[in-house]
Amino acid sequence: MSEFFAMNGYAFYVWGSYGLALLIFIIEIALVRHKRKITLQQLRLMRDAEE
Amino acid sequence: MAINWFKYSAPSSFYGLAGKLVPWFAWSSAILFAIGLYISFFVAPTDATQSEAYRIMFIHVPASILSMFIYLVMAVYAALGLVLNTRLSSMMATALAPTGALFAIIALWTGALWGKPMWGAWWVWDARLTSELILLFLYLGFIALHSSIDDPRRADRAAALLAIVGSVNVPIIYFSVNWWNTLHQGATIKFTGTSMHVSMQQALLLMMLACWFYVFAVTLMRVRSIILERERNTQWVAELEEVKL
Repeated sequence: MSEFFAMNGYAFYVWGSYGLALLIFIIEIALVRHKRKITLQQLRLMRDAEE
Repeated sequence: MAINWFKYSAPSSFYGLAGKLVPWFAWSSAILFAIGLYISFFVAPTDATQSEAYRIMFIHVPASILSMFIYLVMAVYAALGLVLNTRLSSMMATALAPTGALFAIIALWTGALWGKPMWGAWWVWDARLTSELILLFLYLGFIALHSSIDDPRRADRAAALLAIVGSVNVPIIYFSVNWWNTLHQGATIKFTGTSMHVSMQQALLLMMLACWFYVFAVTLMRVRSIILERERNTQWVAELEEVKL
């Protein structure tokens, strides 16, 4: 198993690549979900202000 | 059977359709990533010249291809919005830009991490690398220009022009390895006689599809928020279940 993670000496490069891609995907998904939450909140606030 | 193809070009009906599609694309992407990564790391053999470092390819190549392709799709949507004055096309262009920029960042980052052990340098001012960096700047320019103009329709038009003019960069990236002497290797996927092991091709294809579905899911989710934002004064938005709460 440790041999697998060592990537024959290229661990930093290989896991650095996949790690960053994963991090970017997680952040983007969180941002998109957050944006939806905020947008819906604002729509409700706007509606309440009109009433 | 008559299908009204224009039905889904209206933001109100597309909003609902996109909402139904998002979970399908998201799950397809997760499953494809799982299989793709398994083949990339456990089935594909160690490369004779690059040892294990070559496994960076399975994320680098799909990210790079998608960063270029998303740009073209974005430019086409922006152009449609400009010419036909369709609101949804412009919203799609706006929704694609951040994802495209992130894929360009992944392409550049994984390229640097691959370049260091293979070429001995994180970065070289090579034609392929430089034109990909310009692609990232074009995405950032599109996003910045769009958000700097308050009136959304005017922002759409200005940003569309930037997207269309910038699309000239995409064939430059693609053909750069043929046109100039570059350090970057040539095309990985060839239509005739590729030299790659079958499992490497499978892994590459699966990772590519996984990234595609990821892009569909995340862009559709983002465009739904953009639709709500820009259609906020309409009756159909006010009547949505999620807004009524």
